[in-house]
Amino acid sequence: MSGINWPGVWAIFHHEMMRFFRTVMQSLLSPVVSTVLYFVVFGAAIGGRIQSVEGVEYGAFIVPGLMMLTILQQSVSNASFGIYFPKFSGTIYEYLVSPVGWIEVTLGFVGAAAMKAVLIALVILLTSFFFVGVHILHPVWMLAFLILTAIGFSLLGFIIGLWAKSFEQLQIVPMMVITPLVFLGGAFYSSDMLPPFWEAVAKLNPVLYLVSGFRWSFFGLADVPVGVSLVAVSLMIAACCLAIRWIFATGWRLRE
Amino acid sequence: MTAIIQIDTLSKQYDSGTRALSDVTLDIHEGEIIALLGPNGAGKTTLISIICGLVVPTGGTVRVGGHDIRTDWRAARRLIGLVPQEIALEPFEKVINCVRFTRGLYGEGQDDAHIEQVLRSLALWDKRDAATRELSGGMKRRVLIAKALAHRPKVLFLDEPTAGVDVALRREMWEVVGQLRREGVTIILTTHYLEEAEEMADRIGVINKGRLLLVKPTSELMGEFGKKTLTVELTAPLTMIPDELAGRNLRLSPDGRSLAYEYDTRAERTGIAHLLGDLAAQGIKVRDVSTRQSSLEEVFMTLVSEPRQEVTA
Repeated sequence: MSGINWPGVWAIFHHEMMRFFRTVMQSLLSPVVSTVLYFVVFGAAIGGRIQSVEGVEYGAFIVPGLMMLTILQQSVSNASFGIYFPKFSGTIYEYLVSPVGWIEVTLGFVGAAAMKAVLIALVILLTSFFFVGVHILHPVWMLAFLILTAIGFSLLGFIIGLWAKSFEQLQIVPMMVITPLVFLGGAFYSSDMLPPFWEAVAKLNPVLYLVSGFRWSFFGLADVPVGVSLVAVSLMIAACCLAIRWIFATGWRLRE
Repeated sequence: MTAIIQIDTLSKQYDSGTRALSDVTLDIHEGEIIALLGPNGAGKTTLISIICGLVVPTGGTVRVGGHDIRTDWRAARRLIGLVPQEIALEPFEKVINCVRFTRGLYGEGQDDAHIEQVLRSLALWDKRDAATRELSGGMKRRVLIAKALAHRPKVLFLDEPTAGVDVALRREMWEVVGQLRREGVTIILTTHYLEEAEEMADRIGVINKGRLLLVKPTSELMGEFGKKTLTVELTAPLTMIPDELAGRNLRLSPDGRSLAYEYDTRAERTGIAHLLGDLAAQGIKVRDVSTRQSSLEEVFMTLVSEPRQEVTA
């Protein structure tokens, strides 16, 4: 790793984080307000009619799902916007002519996007303490899942940002793919609650494995074995890294 | 002279089949200013873009400071600063942070003293805390130069640095470039303003249709290709050119007070002495004489309109 331009990585990471802190109120306030609304609607209004899911109070049961929903949305949007904006404004040339390669650019952008997403998810966790009593059974694993998922989906967002040629394209994947996958990935229910056919279909959804592993770190409950969840997120990270390396090597959508 | 950039049979063909660059070979010497001239689409920006890493060549090699731009790209790029043709800046970022960011990308630690010196030399220090979107076009262009100088490059590429800026600002830019040259920075610039190349460059390269037509010292190019016009001001106006002087290819001014005589500086005999002798013989009294070198624009048009073999320099 000695060949890596670490000051270059830091420059990109710091630049991206500064952009986040310039708009810190809107960056944090919006997810917090959404979370409060989820608690009011799902936790209080609907949750009042559901006593518990697999022995866990419904309000607490949805906390990992809400955090996962946020981390996925924030990771993808932060990373995709982060790399798309220089393409849009023309400043992408700087990354292409300076002594930074795909590793430095990825570490800088994805590191910052994942960091922002994790910070927001932790703020949501803190917010949830005001509404429900949440006990985290495996806090270290909870953080590990949070960080790994943030990295995986920031990498995916980074690829979307590299691919996108317009703001419309930038938003279509998160809107049409990520959000449905999260809602159908057991964020607000256990897949055991589905009829057998739909339970089998749900198992094809990669997000289910992330939500399941994450929920296990809270309550010790999982729809699928925890090891499978870890393998799923690790495979996603590896596949995204290979794709990004290919994009930079070929210059696809970057260089002429 | 040491070559800081060695370009060897460099080619670029796009997937569409367009050949943007054909076998360009050129050595750029340390500390010189070289201007690349050519019409739109000639291949100037493609050449710069390949050396800087924006475009992947399809053939040939480039070495910067002895480092191959493809196999040893990190070392090669550390030596280069690029001022692009289009103004591209983060609109909400402060000027000073933009410059610091670029320095970081090049793997350099913070050096606020150097950044202050760069911003002061470009008259941007007072605007260091302004967001770039608040700046005028000329200032934005200077921010681009400041960014390109943030890591103390040995080679600076200026792609159409004064395109679309007013005359005063263009002069200002020339002063900045002159100052950089005094500091030993090698400068490669492309321009449409031929006056700019003539004013600043030590050598001029002419590119057309992806081929490097020639590279020559500016003065040599002007001397070799330049035509001169001798203007003879007369004491008394003439109504017409006397028949005895008809074969001299003279032009009489509309007011009849001056004669213009165009001659080739490369010719063995310019014919000036004979002309002045003939005028005296005709009793035409001369009040004053002056000469004017044809502009680089005229030289350039002559070059690109004539089919030539490309050169190796």
